[in-house]
Amino acid sequence: MTSNQIDIVYFAWVRERVGHPRERISSRATTVMELIDELRLMGPEYEAAFADIAALRVAVDQQLVTFDAQVGEASEVAFFPPMTGG
Amino acid sequence: MTVRIQSEPFDAGQELSRFTTQTGNVGAVVTFTGIVRSDGDNPVTKLMIEHYPAMTERAVALMVDAARERWSVTDCLVIHRFGELHIGEEIMMVAVSSAHRADSFEAAQFLMDYLKSRAPFWKKEFRTGTAAWVDGKLEDENALRQWDSEL
Repeated sequence: MTSNQIDIVYFAWVRERVGHPRERISSRATTVMELIDELRLMGPEYEAAFADIAALRVAVDQQLVTFDAQVGEASEVAFFPPMTGG
Repeated sequence: MTVRIQSEPFDAGQELSRFTTQTGNVGAVVTFTGIVRSDGDNPVTKLMIEHYPAMTERAVALMVDAARERWSVTDCLVIHRFGELHIGEEIMMVAVSSAHRADSFEAAQFLMDYLKSRAPFWKKEFRTGTAAWVDGKLEDENALRQWDSEL
């Protein structure tokens, strides 16, 4: 198993729950869901941020994707609540 | 086609005037301007808008491209602010020009629906003694269905 260096970025209340806007982690995840499982093990603040996946959206390398998307080659994964622009 | 993501205020009237001058020989210009609104018993005093700088412009540009593929549009302008905004300030505007009005109306509506729920912006409302992130609305999500787009 090889690990991949991934920049994880957080926005809005996800950022507030995690406690910081960005970090680089070493991950063995192949999908977004596996990455979330790794993040949940990093502490109670992560468990709180990722408690309800239905309340989250994810972008891999700045493109909106679903939770079963691949992250093996990704350099940046972003987690955030549903967008409220306009 | 112009997409501007900025923290600075803008003047929607001036922007419309410039857009209309530059767009040339068209029969229709449709614009929408979003304004910070105060409501309720403990009204909003200000908004903070966060965005995802690495993604925002590209995401909005893809929406503009999708609108141009779908309708016969001459020109488009999208301005969206981030940072701290106060009551009465302009949050964002969309302007679309075309030969006939139906294209401009529909393309502007399409862009607004996508900007609401697919552009990476998040609003936080500040009221006296409290602040809360705005929840995404089901009606906004449902509004996207009518377009049946891959975006």
